[in-house]
Amino acid sequence: MKDDIILKVENVSKQYRLGTIGTGTISHDFNRFLARIRGKEDPYLKIGETNDRSSKGKSEYVWALKDINFEVKRGEILGIIGKNGAGKSTLLKILSKVTGPTTGSIKSRGRIASLLEVGTGFHPEMTGKENIFLNGAILGMTKKEISSKLNEIVEFSGCERYIDTPVKRYSSGMKVRLAFAVAAFLEPDILVVDEVLAVGDAEFQKKAIGKMKDISSQGGRTVLFVSHDMNAIKSLCSRLVILKNGTIKFVGAVEQGIQNYLYTSENFNARTFIKNDIQIVSATIGVSSSSQEVIEVFKPLDIYVKLSFKKEIPSDFKMELFFNDLFGQPISTVSSWLNSMAITPKNSELNVHIKLLNGLSFNEGEYSISLRTFTSVTTDFEDVLQFSVINSKYTGYKFPLKPIHGKVYLPNTWEVK
Amino acid sequence: MEQKWLFVISPKTKLIDLNLKEVWQYRDLLMLFVKRDVITLYKQTILGPLWYLIQPLFTSIIFTLVFNNVAGIQTGGIPPFLFNLAGITIWNYFKECLTATSDTFKKNEQIFGKVYFPRIIMPMSIVVSNLLKFGIQILVFIAFYIYFITTGHDLIVSKYIFLFPVLVLCMGMLGLGLGMIISSMVTKYRDLTFLVSFGVQLLMYISLVVLPLSLFQEKGFEWAVKYNPMAYIVESGRFMILNEGSVSQFGVIYTSIFSIAVLLLGIVIFNKTEKTFIDTI
Repeated sequence: MKDDIILKVENVSKQYRLGTIGTGTISHDFNRFLARIRGKEDPYLKIGETNDRSSKGKSEYVWALKDINFEVKRGEILGIIGKNGAGKSTLLKILSKVTGPTTGSIKSRGRIASLLEVGTGFHPEMTGKENIFLNGAILGMTKKEISSKLNEIVEFSGCERYIDTPVKRYSSGMKVRLAFAVAAFLEPDILVVDEVLAVGDAEFQKKAIGKMKDISSQGGRTVLFVSHDMNAIKSLCSRLVILKNGTIKFVGAVEQGIQNYLYTSENFNARTFIKNDIQIVSATIGVSSSSQEVIEVFKPLDIYVKLSFKKEIPSDFKMELFFNDLFGQPISTVSSWLNSMAITPKNSELNVHIKLLNGLSFNEGEYSISLRTFTSVTTDFEDVLQFSVINSKYTGYKFPLKPIHGKVYLPNTWEVK
Repeated sequence: MEQKWLFVISPKTKLIDLNLKEVWQYRDLLMLFVKRDVITLYKQTILGPLWYLIQPLFTSIIFTLVFNNVAGIQTGGIPPFLFNLAGITIWNYFKECLTATSDTFKKNEQIFGKVYFPRIIMPMSIVVSNLLKFGIQILVFIAFYIYFITTGHDLIVSKYIFLFPVLVLCMGMLGLGLGMIISSMVTKYRDLTFLVSFGVQLLMYISLVVLPLSLFQEKGFEWAVKYNPMAYIVESGRFMILNEGSVSQFGVIYTSIFSIAVLLLGIVIFNKTEKTFIDTI
């Protein structure tokens, strides 16, 4: 059956209470109880607001998920992406029955097993082998099933030498390897994988992604894969769900999803940048004035920055944009004074448009832009924009650079005589 | 046309939602948890499993010194040390079951927050692994029993000794039930953890562990122990092994009904909590 739907998520919502749960709970519980015996709705279900991490809301209750609907077919690898706090983990928690939804339901035709984090249920004092059994049983295998697959599991994990050593002596990478190996041989109908692979090294990540592909193509089983890694999503998933502030923004083909959503997202931080009487009103990086979260290497870009000034500014105003890597190290800088560009602000506002003619040559990864202005004082604005760079066809490289190869692409041609 | 779903996750909970079939499917997990508890408890200690023996022995010695030698409490014809050891061994099983299970949700927050398996497996495994510990302590008791017989004490076992497993079952149910109720409430109200730690200690004094029932009756304080099921369990347990004390029909019926009721209530509350506790803990 090709269109066999194995998992159906219907109107799932999840409400959480903000702040500390303390003295208020008994009175809230009591109010809930009163409402229930009078046959009314839960009084606290109404006042929830959508979940936007950075904006301050009035209510104490928020919807971490609101009216989530989607279906998953048998044998499909479904990617789930979204920013921090978009509701990915909450969704997975509900799917794996760790917590119940507030409203709505999930219907499944298969056993769901989740691989949510490093070494779930590993006991540090027990050996690798003992932990394989324990972890397998936690995930729902019987002892017999585990025994029959023990050799394969050990081999796949690549921890053979340490298998009789307590897990507390393992490196975190080894724990992930072992945990993934157990889950991969678990043979559930639906496997849930949540950002675990980030800890393993490149070799293991490749192995894990290959294994997940096998699981779905040969085993006909379904994988739900949550990740921030666009490349893994692109190479692995057949369909994509994009979550934003607890609601579904997109369900559909991967390419289309990444194009539609990620390439046109508002990624200027909502917190306001005001320092030394200078305010950044808006900042975008992308094609024309749209802002992007994911940028392809060597794709021409526009940066727009809008500043407003509380005081009069000197005529020799200068500004710089630092492109920093994950560790805050500048990879490169564009600067008005290095270009001997004189800026004379009119009124109290300034609109700057910077063209990056050849785009960014950075290797894949996460980057941020810091802004520095020079008036009578130097003012630094950290992390004004954040984005990730992914590989593209414009590099001229046949295979993408690995981190060991360095930080930037060098466009090149070869001639051998 | 619509195929049947294997399972449905929804916010509604039935009052009793104990899926015994599912628990049975996870029986291997139960045994592995027991194994884990047993082999990891005394890892990196010098005396290892000897601690199983040291705790009741030293408690008995101190109790004998304080209550029997200093305060002069009479224990019938039974050596006071043996009298105390019997009471403590029985009491310890209940105490361990209760205190360990009452911590279930809080202690396993990490693992419960990541994967699903029938949560009741966890407290059940605690009750079973404590049974092993209890077995070892019973062996120690038997050793002392034989020692006292060979040194000329006149000890006989009651003919009701075959009912001893029923007693253990009652204790298990009581400890498990109470523990599950408390652990469910601890997820929201942490206050209860404090209550358990000293409440159990106080309960011991009115559970006839050190003082025989006859003494309470003599002084007219029978009401203090009359409705305490643990008092009946300890008293009848001691009666079975040492033939000293009494068993009342009321006590047996009351204790059995009470234990079953507590266990059922525990299962209901535990089931209600397990679905959403991860949000409140």
